[in-house]
Amino acid sequence: MSNNLGLTVKPVTPTSPEEEARVAAWIDTQEYREKNFARQALVVNPVHCCQPLGAELAAHGFQGTLPFVHGSQGCASYYRSTLNRHFREPAPAVSDAMTEDGAVFGGQANLHEALENAYALYKPKMMAIFTSCMPEVIGDDLGAFLKNARAKGHIPKDYPLPYANTPSFSGSHITGYDAMVLAILQVLTEGKKVEGRCTGKLNLLPGFDTNTGDYREYKRILDAFGIPHTVLADISETFDSPNDGTYRQYPGGTPLDEAADSINGKVTITVGPYATAKTFAWVKESYAGRHAALPLPMGIAKTDAFLMKLSELFEKPVPAALRAERGRAVDAMTDAQQYLHGKRFAVYGDPDLLLGYVSFLLEMGATPHHVLCSKGSKKLEKELQALLDGSPYGRGAGIYMNRDLWHLRSLLMTDPVDAILGDTHGKFAARDAKIPLFRFGFPIFDRVNKHRLPLIGYQGVIHMLTEICNRFLDLRDDTCEDRFFEMMR
Amino acid sequence: MGREVKKVEGITKESTQQMIDEALQAYPEKGKKKRAPHLAPNDPAGASACVRSNRKTVPGVMSARGCAYAGAKGVVWGPIRDMVHVSHGPVGCGWYSWGTRRNLMSGKNGVTNFAMQFTSDFQEKDIVYGGDKKLAVLLKEAKELFPLAKGISVLSECPVGLIGDDINAVAKKMTKELELPVIPCNCEGFRGVSQSLGHHISNDTIRDYIIETRTFAEPAGPYDIALIGDYNIGGDVWSAKALLSEIGLNVKATWTGDGEMERIAATHEVKLNLIHCYRSMNYMCKVMEEKYGIPWLEFNFFGPTKIRESLRKIAERFDDRIRENVEKVIAKYDVQMKAVVDQYRPRLEGKKVMLYVGGLRPRHTVGAYEDLGMVVVGSGYEFAHGDDYERTMPEMPEATVIYDDASEHELERFVHQLKPDLIGSGIKEKYVFQKMGLPFRQMHSWDYSGPYHAYQGFPIFARDIDMAVNSPTWKLVKPPF
Repeated sequence: MSNNLGLTVKPVTPTSPEEEARVAAWIDTQEYREKNFARQALVVNPVHCCQPLGAELAAHGFQGTLPFVHGSQGCASYYRSTLNRHFREPAPAVSDAMTEDGAVFGGQANLHEALENAYALYKPKMMAIFTSCMPEVIGDDLGAFLKNARAKGHIPKDYPLPYANTPSFSGSHITGYDAMVLAILQVLTEGKKVEGRCTGKLNLLPGFDTNTGDYREYKRILDAFGIPHTVLADISETFDSPNDGTYRQYPGGTPLDEAADSINGKVTITVGPYATAKTFAWVKESYAGRHAALPLPMGIAKTDAFLMKLSELFEKPVPAALRAERGRAVDAMTDAQQYLHGKRFAVYGDPDLLLGYVSFLLEMGATPHHVLCSKGSKKLEKELQALLDGSPYGRGAGIYMNRDLWHLRSLLMTDPVDAILGDTHGKFAARDAKIPLFRFGFPIFDRVNKHRLPLIGYQGVIHMLTEICNRFLDLRDDTCEDRFFEMMR
Repeated sequence: MGREVKKVEGITKESTQQMIDEALQAYPEKGKKKRAPHLAPNDPAGASACVRSNRKTVPGVMSARGCAYAGAKGVVWGPIRDMVHVSHGPVGCGWYSWGTRRNLMSGKNGVTNFAMQFTSDFQEKDIVYGGDKKLAVLLKEAKELFPLAKGISVLSECPVGLIGDDINAVAKKMTKELELPVIPCNCEGFRGVSQSLGHHISNDTIRDYIIETRTFAEPAGPYDIALIGDYNIGGDVWSAKALLSEIGLNVKATWTGDGEMERIAATHEVKLNLIHCYRSMNYMCKVMEEKYGIPWLEFNFFGPTKIRESLRKIAERFDDRIRENVEKVIAKYDVQMKAVVDQYRPRLEGKKVMLYVGGLRPRHTVGAYEDLGMVVVGSGYEFAHGDDYERTMPEMPEATVIYDDASEHELERFVHQLKPDLIGSGIKEKYVFQKMGLPFRQMHSWDYSGPYHAYQGFPIFARDIDMAVNSPTWKLVKPPF
C-alpha cells in the first residue's frame, strides 16, 4: 500500500539513543562544519528579518504617526508582535488586509477603504505606508493608488502619506528602515527649505536602533554640549512610555513640524550609516548645513570621535561633564581589564552594531574571534577587517558575511570562544557551547529592561563592561572548587 | 441537560447593545455596517451563533489576526518536533514565527528536535526565476545536515503561490530521491481570512501525505487513544498526557504538541481521538471518523470543574475499569484542587475578566475562572467560526458581550465601559491595557508560564491569575502627588 507521495507503510521506529548520540557528536565536528559551510540554498536561524519591520520601527519614530501595512493582515500582526515582545510596549499599526481577491484585482480597494477607516478610528497626524510581499509581487502602484485616494476624497488632499516599497525578498529590516525614514523626510520637508534660514540645530539620524536608552543618551550628550537638536525617528518615548494609567496611542516621536524644518538644520549627522545609507545620501543632496556620517558611538574611540565631531561642527569644546564621564568610563575599563583581557568572543548582529561590538572588545584587550553578519556586504567586511587589523587583539579573527546562526554553531564547536554577543536567538548555540550569551541588539525577548540601558557613549561602555565582567565573575564563583572560592575577585 | 443561565449584575442585553453601538459610532458608515454583525450581547440559549464570524478583516482596522501561513507553521506543523519545517519564501515569516509560540519539545535541538528557523530566504531573483530549483537543493542540504529528521514540511509563503511555483511537484520528486517524506503545504498568507484556513490546509496535507504511512510497532490495545489539538504551550501536553495515563488510557500520539511524525502517521490505529482545540483540528477528527471509523470527543482540561466533567465524558467511552479509575482520580485530585481554590478564591472572588483569544480558550477557560470565583464579562475570538460561537454562548453569562475579530478600538471601548479586573488576551493587546493600569495575562502563551492544562496545570493557572490581579505593582500606577 502507498499514499500520495508513493510512501509505503512502515512500523514506527524511534531513533535509538546510540544513533542520537552519534549524530549529536557529529554535528560538533570539523567535518560537519565543512558540510554546513557548503550550504547553497538552505538558511538556518538567520539573524536578519524583513524590510517592513524596519519600516514600521521608523514610522513609530514620528509623532502621531500610524504605521500602515499595504498587504496581508498576517504580516502586520507579525511585525507588531515582534516589537511588542522586544520593547514590552504597545506597537499600534494597521494593515489594509489584502487577501486572495486583492491578489487578483490589486490592492487599491483595500488601500482606499483602510485609509478611511484608520483615519476615522485612530486619528493619526500622518500614516506611513509600507508594503509587504504580496502587493510587490503583483505589482501594485502605490503612488498611483494614493493619488487616486486623494482625488476621490478618501483622505484629505494635503494629508501626509509617505510610502515606501519594502518587499521582504530584498534587503532586510535595516534597508526597510532606511526606505521609510527617507520617504517620511521627503514628504515632510517638501517645500520647507527656506533660503537663508538656519534652525541652528543638529539633526541626528540614529538608524535602526531598538535601544531606547541610546536615544536618551544622545539627547543627554547634546544637552550637555548645549546643542539644540532634532532626533529623526525618535522612538524613545514611543517604546518607553510611562505607565500612569492612561493608554496613549501616540506617546512620542519626532514632532512633524520639527522634522519638516530639519531640512534647514545647521548640521545633520548619521550614527547608523548602514541603516540610513539612502536617507543620508539624499540628505547630503537636499539638506542645508553640514553633514557627517559617523559610526555608532560604541566604545571609547568611537564615542570620542562623535564628541569631537560635535565639538568641531558647533565650535564648542567638549563639556567638562562629558570629559569627566569619559574619565570614569576609562577608569572602569582599567579597573576591569583583567577580567576581559584575552577573552575570546563571537559577535553577530546588524552592521552598525557589529562595528561597535568589535571596537569595544578590542579596546578591552578582548578578541572578537568570530564576527558574523547574516546580511553583510563587501564594504562592511572591509571595514571590520580594518578595525581588526588595527589591534593586536584582532589577529586571527574570522569575518563571516551572509552566514547564519547554524554556521555560528559550527564555529563555536570547532573553534571555541568564551562568550557571545548578540540577540536572543543565539541562546541555543550558546547553550550547546556552554558559554554565556550577552544580549545586546535586537530582538531581546527573554530578558527585561535591556533596551532601557544604553550601549552608546561612555555610559554604554560602563553598562556593557559591568554586565560582561560580572557575569564572568559569577561564572567563576559558580564553578570553581571550594579551595579557590574567595571573598575577593 | 438543562443548564443554569448565568447572569452578571448590571449587565443587560440593552446595556451591552448600547455599549456596542457607542463603539461603532467612531467608524465611517461602511466600516460600521461591516463590523456591527460581529458584536452582540450573548444569548446563552440561542440556537445559532450570535455573531458573524470567519469574514474578511475590515481594512484599516487594527486587528489581531494572523494568516494561513501562521496557522500552518505556528500551530499545526511547527510543533511536530522531529521534522524540519521549511518556511519557503522570504526570510520574514519564518523569522517572526521562530520560537514565539512556546510549543515545548523534547529531544536535542538540531539533532532530534528542530525548533529552529529553516528558510529559503527568497531574493529578488527567486521571484523572477522561481524558487523550485532552489527548493530541491535546499531539501538535499536539509537531509544531509539533519539526518535524523523524520520528514520535511515545505510551508509556502505569499510570493511562492503568487509566482506559480510548483512545490507539490518538487516535494513528490524529492520524497523519492531522498527517501524521506517531503510534505508540501500551500498555506500562503493571502489565502482565507485568518490563520484558521492554515489549520485546515495543514490538516488536509496530514491526511493526504502522512496518515496511514506508519503502523504502531506494538500490538493494539483497547485503551489506545490520540490527543489531538493540544500544542504543549508551557508543557500542557505533558500534564494532559500524565492525567490520561493515570486513568488508564494509552496515549499513542500527540497532535501536535511535542509531536512525532511517525506516531501521527499511525494514528489511524487508535480507538478514540480526544480533541482539545476543536477549531484547529476538528477536520482531522472528522476525516479519521469517516475513513477509519474512529470516534472523537471534545474535552476541556482547564480547571477542576471542567476536568471532572471531561474525565467522566471520556470514561463513558470505555469500560468499568476506566470508569472506576476516573472516579478514583477525581476523588484524589478534588482534595488537592479544593486546597488550591481555598487558597486563591478569597483573593479573586467576584473579579471580572475579559477574554480575547484564538482557538478554544475564549470558552474553555471560562470554567477555570469560575472555579476561582471570577466572572467572565466579555469573550471573543480572533479567528473562530460559527460552531465555536455556538459552543461559547452557553458557557458565557447572559447578555455579556461577544466580539469576533475585535478591533483594538472596540476592545478599548469595552474595557472603559466594563472595567474588568483582568484581561486575558495576546501580546498585541497586553501592553495597551497594562498602560491603563489593568492586570493582564497572555492567554495564547500563558505569559511565559504553564502548563495550565489538567490537574498539574490548575495550581499554576490559579497562581498566575492571582499574581496578575493582586500584584502590588498596579497600586503604584497612580502617583500620590
